[in-house]
Amino acid sequence: MVGGNHAGERLFNGLTIAIMILLMIMTVYPFWFSVISSFNSGGDLLRGPVFLWPREFTFASWKAVLSDQGILYAAWITASRTVIVTAVSILYTSMFAYAFSRPYLRRKAFYITIGFISMYFSGGLIPSYMLMNWLGLYDSYWVYILPALFGGFWNVIIFNANYKGIPEALFESAKMDGASEYRIFFQIVLPLSKPVLAALSVFTAVNIWNDYGATLYYTQSTDLQTLQYLILRLIQSNRAVENMMSMNNGTNLAVANLLNNTGGVGNVTARTIELAAMVIASLPMIILYPFAQKFFVKGVLLGSVKG
Amino acid sequence: MATIEPITSAKKKNKASRKQKSFRLGYDFRTQLELKTMLLPAVFLIFLFDFTPLFGLLMAFKDFEPVMGIKGIFTADWNGMAHFKRLFTNFQFWPMIRNTLGINLLGAAVSIPCTLLFALLLNEIRNSRFKAVVQTVTYLPHFLSWVIFGGLFITLLNSDGIVNYVLLQLGFIDSPLQFLADPKYFWGVAIATGLLKDLGWGAILYLAAMAGVDQSLHEAAAIDGAGRFKRMLHVTIPGILPTLMVLIIFAVSGMLNNNFTQIYVLQNTLNLPASQVIDTYVYQTGLLNFQFSSATAIGLTKSVFALVLLVGSNWISNKITKTGLF
Repeated sequence: MVGGNHAGERLFNGLTIAIMILLMIMTVYPFWFSVISSFNSGGDLLRGPVFLWPREFTFASWKAVLSDQGILYAAWITASRTVIVTAVSILYTSMFAYAFSRPYLRRKAFYITIGFISMYFSGGLIPSYMLMNWLGLYDSYWVYILPALFGGFWNVIIFNANYKGIPEALFESAKMDGASEYRIFFQIVLPLSKPVLAALSVFTAVNIWNDYGATLYYTQSTDLQTLQYLILRLIQSNRAVENMMSMNNGTNLAVANLLNNTGGVGNVTARTIELAAMVIASLPMIILYPFAQKFFVKGVLLGSVKG
Repeated sequence: MATIEPITSAKKKNKASRKQKSFRLGYDFRTQLELKTMLLPAVFLIFLFDFTPLFGLLMAFKDFEPVMGIKGIFTADWNGMAHFKRLFTNFQFWPMIRNTLGINLLGAAVSIPCTLLFALLLNEIRNSRFKAVVQTVTYLPHFLSWVIFGGLFITLLNSDGIVNYVLLQLGFIDSPLQFLADPKYFWGVAIATGLLKDLGWGAILYLAAMAGVDQSLHEAAAIDGAGRFKRMLHVTIPGILPTLMVLIIFAVSGMLNNNFTQIYVLQNTLNLPASQVIDTYVYQTGLLNFQFSSATAIGLTKSVFALVLLVGSNWISNKITKTGLF
């Protein structure tokens, strides 16, 4: 490669690095802002936003969030659902993909057909809603589990592309020695597919952890609320009060009082509670993804890119 | 059960046995049965949760009322295309289509070039440590939920939020801008947050494709005197064209498919004129107002158009660039 000797090249390098640093700041700053605000005294925040570091440092909001029964219960619902669905759906999907990838599978066209139909046709929201009602899944914990147990044909395609990298001779010799398909799958294929398993497990876990649609569409009891749904409601109710305030702009005394009450004057306010809950709810996934990062390329490399 | 032997000896054995027996490996009854049991859970789930709801599409052509229960899907009276006619003449219909297409098409027009540019610049960074750090950091928003990421921006863009605070202090504005309460800012907010959330993540596909470009092409171009820019333009971009086309096909076929999770978080009653899109409208008519038939009719119309767009854009891509999804 040509070295970066002359001025133009050096300018280009410097500019690229500057743009990258700027982008990193832009992507991380919103999150950083919420972290420092959640550690800042809520009453103090009313005087103006903090920028780089808390002005009046306090754990009060975090303590309030972490000792709230409702939030803890929602976290339990979210976490249990994430673990169960990730484990089972990765198993079912990778197993389906293994059987699907075998050249000697009979009636493969049937599986391709149902796979593609499931990718491109869907009944939509209302028919699914009625199905959940009919099956008795509406407003039950199982609505979080059962419909999500198959990871979709898209993931089958990704698994399939990765299985192709395993030498065919391995399968043949195992079969000649009389190994069952299950034995081949669990003892040869899965151990050789760790990168794609890691990547797709992280993607599945992130999707389930971050989902609030199932709660919004298919549940109504408060004891089935997920963490994301709870925070959404928190944001919406805080904004409703503030919107009323901005419309009336202080002319309406009752609304102004209401806002002041929600706004609070102590260390903990509606705003800092909301921010602390948002930071806490995103921590598990933020801690998780860098570990699996080196496997991501394998996970997202689609058949279309690889050819 | 036999243990797995080393590959080399197995291969020999394999060849030998193939000559001896005429039986084809894997076509025996037991193997097929085992494969079927492996496929079964997923097939069952596809039929139950993906195919059964397709019967529900009948509601779009019937006078269905929620009180009729599940049987009503089959027993309700046919009313032809009445729901569709009512839909197209609804005063809410065209604003909703305009919002959906506007946010999606402008969003794709902004995010595809930006992501490509970001990937091109990232690809030019020689220091692999720095490159890895940039990637890790810019992936972050992708792993935050829309509730969190949207919530952060609602806080930042609030009338007493940091964006308005800075703009006021710098003297650009006299009074706070109502980013989320004023419909005229909504498209911009939706497109900007969408771009920022997936900029880093979107680059992963381009980078993978760039890594696949033949290095000798770069060297040959460099020897012929092509600078970095020229090589970017004439080697890297043609090399990732198939990837780019696939992403454009996805963007075109998904243009009716708003990101419900994003829009619903940013939506409020004040910005509704600019934020009501097909998916939020389906949710509202269907699950909040219980008009199952018309909500299904909208969903069905959307799916049909999306399929036409997918096949159409793929056909055009095949014609022009000789690459496509299928």
